[in-house]
Amino acid sequence: MNKFSTILSHTYITKVKTKSFIFSTLITLLIIAGLANFQSIIDMFAGEDSGEIAVVDESGVYTEALQQSLAAADENIELVPFDGTVDEAKAAIQDGEYGALVVLTESEAQIFDATYFANTITESGNQMIIEQHLQQLKIAIATQASGIDEAMIAEIYAPIAFEAVALDESAKTEEELNQARGIVYVMLFVLYMTVMMYGQMIATDVATEKSSRVMEILISSAPPITHMFAKIIGIALVGLTQIGLFIIVGYTLIRSKQEELVGGVFELFGVQDTSPMIFVYAIVFFILGYLLYATLAAMLGSLVSRIEDVGQLTTPMMMLIVIAFMIAIFGLGAPESTFVTVTSYIPFFTPMIMFLRVGMLDIPIWEIALSLGIMVGTIAILAYIGAKVYSGGVLMYGRSGSLKDFKKALVLGKKEK
Amino acid sequence: MTLVLKEVTKRFQEHTAVDRLSLEIPEKEMFGFLGGNGAGKTTTFRMILGLLDSTEGEISWNGESIDYDKSHLIGYLPEERGLYPKLTVKEQLVYLGKLRGMKKHAILTELEYWLERFKVPEYMTKKVEELSKGNQQKIQFISAVIHKPELLILDEPFSGLDPVNVEMMKEAVIDLKDQGTSIVFSSHQMHHVEQLCENLCILQKGSPVVHGALKDIKRSFGKKNLIIHGDIDFSFLKDFQGVTSYQKGAQGCKLQIDNEQVFQDILSAIQGKGFIRKFDLEEPSLNDIFIAKVGASYE
Repeated sequence: MNKFSTILSHTYITKVKTKSFIFSTLITLLIIAGLANFQSIIDMFAGEDSGEIAVVDESGVYTEALQQSLAAADENIELVPFDGTVDEAKAAIQDGEYGALVVLTESEAQIFDATYFANTITESGNQMIIEQHLQQLKIAIATQASGIDEAMIAEIYAPIAFEAVALDESAKTEEELNQARGIVYVMLFVLYMTVMMYGQMIATDVATEKSSRVMEILISSAPPITHMFAKIIGIALVGLTQIGLFIIVGYTLIRSKQEELVGGVFELFGVQDTSPMIFVYAIVFFILGYLLYATLAAMLGSLVSRIEDVGQLTTPMMMLIVIAFMIAIFGLGAPESTFVTVTSYIPFFTPMIMFLRVGMLDIPIWEIALSLGIMVGTIAILAYIGAKVYSGGVLMYGRSGSLKDFKKALVLGKKEK
Repeated sequence: MTLVLKEVTKRFQEHTAVDRLSLEIPEKEMFGFLGGNGAGKTTTFRMILGLLDSTEGEISWNGESIDYDKSHLIGYLPEERGLYPKLTVKEQLVYLGKLRGMKKHAILTELEYWLERFKVPEYMTKKVEELSKGNQQKIQFISAVIHKPELLILDEPFSGLDPVNVEMMKEAVIDLKDQGTSIVFSSHQMHHVEQLCENLCILQKGSPVVHGALKDIKRSFGKKNLIIHGDIDFSFLKDFQGVTSYQKGAQGCKLQIDNEQVFQDILSAIQGKGFIRKFDLEEPSLNDIFIAKVGASYE
C-alpha cells in the first residue's frame, strides 16, 4: 500500500507540475471567464460597429413607421432619412458616413420593395432585423388596406397552445425531461472529454516510462498491477483537480454575475430542481466509465515501446468513445428505441447510454443494477487481463501496434505457477 | 545470504531461453555472469527479480523465494539506461528510493554521499536528459545501490564510461562487495570480469558451458597462449602439431597451444632459424576462453 501511495503521489505531482497541464488549465479557465462575460464582451463591441443606416424612401411614409417598429423592438439600429439620390447615398456609404443604406421603392404587387446596400454584406445581423421589420410593416399596411382589424391579425399570428402530457404516472413530465436532457448533455460531454484527455494521458505516461526504460526498474520495485492502478488513480486525481478548478472558477464567476446569468445557465442545463438521485447516478456512471476506459488505456500504453505509436494503439479506444457519444446524441431524441436499450448494456457504452436512459426514462432498478453489474464485471476482467498484458507488455520492446503483441504480452506476463 | 538458482528453466512457447540453470552466489562475492548476445542473461535477471516466472526450477534468496516484499533487498542496474529524462536527479532518486522502501531524508543523505563520491555533486538538481551518457550511467548506478541492497545485479555497469570513471565505479563496486553485498556482474568486457570476479559462468543458449572458479576454469581449459617475437617467418607454425590457433602480429605471432609439451616442441623447432626476442608462455585470458566456448557455436 505504501508503494501504491508513492506511485500515486509521484504521478500526481509530476503531472500537475508539467507545463502542458498548467497551460491547458489556464487557457480553459480563460475560456470559462470569457464565456461568463460573453454578454459584456458582445455589448462592448456591439455599440461600435452598428452605425447609422441611411434610408432613401421614395414615398416618404415608410421610414417613420420602420423607425417606430425598430424602437418598439428595442433594436440598436438608427435609421436616418437621406436627402438625395440613391447614387449619392451609395457614395456616402463608401465614404464611411453611414454603415448601410436601405432603399425603399414603391411597387405595384408588393406595396414596396427594399434593397440593402453596404460595403460588405457579410454581417447579416442588421439585414435580417430590417428585413423582419419591413415584413411586419408590409403586413400591417396590407391588412389595413383590406380592412381587417388589428386584433384579428394578432389572433391569426398567435402561436397555438401545444403541450405534451404523459399519461403514465411515473413517466417524466416535459419539464423533467428537459432538465434530464440538460444533465445528460453535461454528463456526456464531461465523460467524453475526460476519456479523451485523461485516457490519452495514461497511455502516453505508461509509454513514456516504457520507452525511457525506467519501467524495468519500477516494476522490479513494485508489482505491475500496483503500478497500473496507482497510475490510473493518480491521473484521475489530476483530472479531478482540473475539473474541480473549472467548476470552482466557473461557479464563482456565475455567482458574481447572478442577475444576468444564473437563470439562463441553470435553466439551460436544467439543474435547478432535479432529484438528487440523478447526481448519484451521474457520479457512479462517471467513475465506472473512467475506470473502464483508463484500464484499457493503461493496457494499450503498455504495449507500445515508442511514444509515437501511442496514437495508433489508442485510436480504437477513441473510436469507442466517439461511437458511444454519437449513440447518446441520437438517444437523446429517441431514448426508448430498441437500439438505445440494447447498446446501453454494452459496457463501453453503458456510462453514457444507460445514464441517458436513467435520466430520460423511468427504468426499473434491476435494469440499472444489471448494467452496473456488467460494467463492474467488465472492469474486473479488463483489470485482470490488463494486469497480465501490462506485466508482459512492459518487458516487450520492438515494433508494436498489432494484436500479435497483445498475445505475446499475455504469454510474457503469464504466471507459471 | 546466498542466491540459489536450482534447475531454472524458462520457455517461451517452443523457444527455451534458459535451460536448467543452477547457480549459487554466496555473500561477499561478485559472480561473473557471461554469455553471448541472446544467451539468456537478461531473462535470468528478470526471473531473479521476479519480473518473469520461471517455467521450472526455483530461485531463492536465503532459502526464501523472492517476491515484492524483498524488493528493498535487491538492486538492479539494467543494461539499457532507465531513468526519467525530464526529472531532476533528485526527484528521480527520491522516487525510486521510496519505491525501494527508503525514507526521503535517508535518500538525500545517501544521494549526497554518492554524488560526492562520483565527483558530480552539482548534478543534484539537473535533469537527466542534460547529462552525458557516462554521467547518466553514474546516476543509474546510484539508483541501483542507494538503498544498500543485499543482492545487486549489474548488467554492463561500465558502458559509456571513460577509463577514469570506470576505475571510480569499480572501486565502488568492490567496496560494496567487501561490505557484504552479493553481486551478479554481467559484462562483455572480459578484462573487467577477470579483474573483479572469482567465480563465473558462461551462458550459451540458456545453459552454462563454463561454470566455476576463474582459476579452475583457466586450468581446465588446458590451452595456453604462446607469444613469439622475432624476425623469422613463423607461418610454418600454423599447421604445427598441437597448435589450435595462429594469429600473426606485427612483431611475430600469437599461438594457442594444447599443452606444455607443444611448447617444448616449438622451442626446438625454431631453434637456429633466427633471432628470437620473445618467447613467452601465458595463461589463457577469459576472452580466449569465451571465444573458444561461445564462438564454436557460431561456426
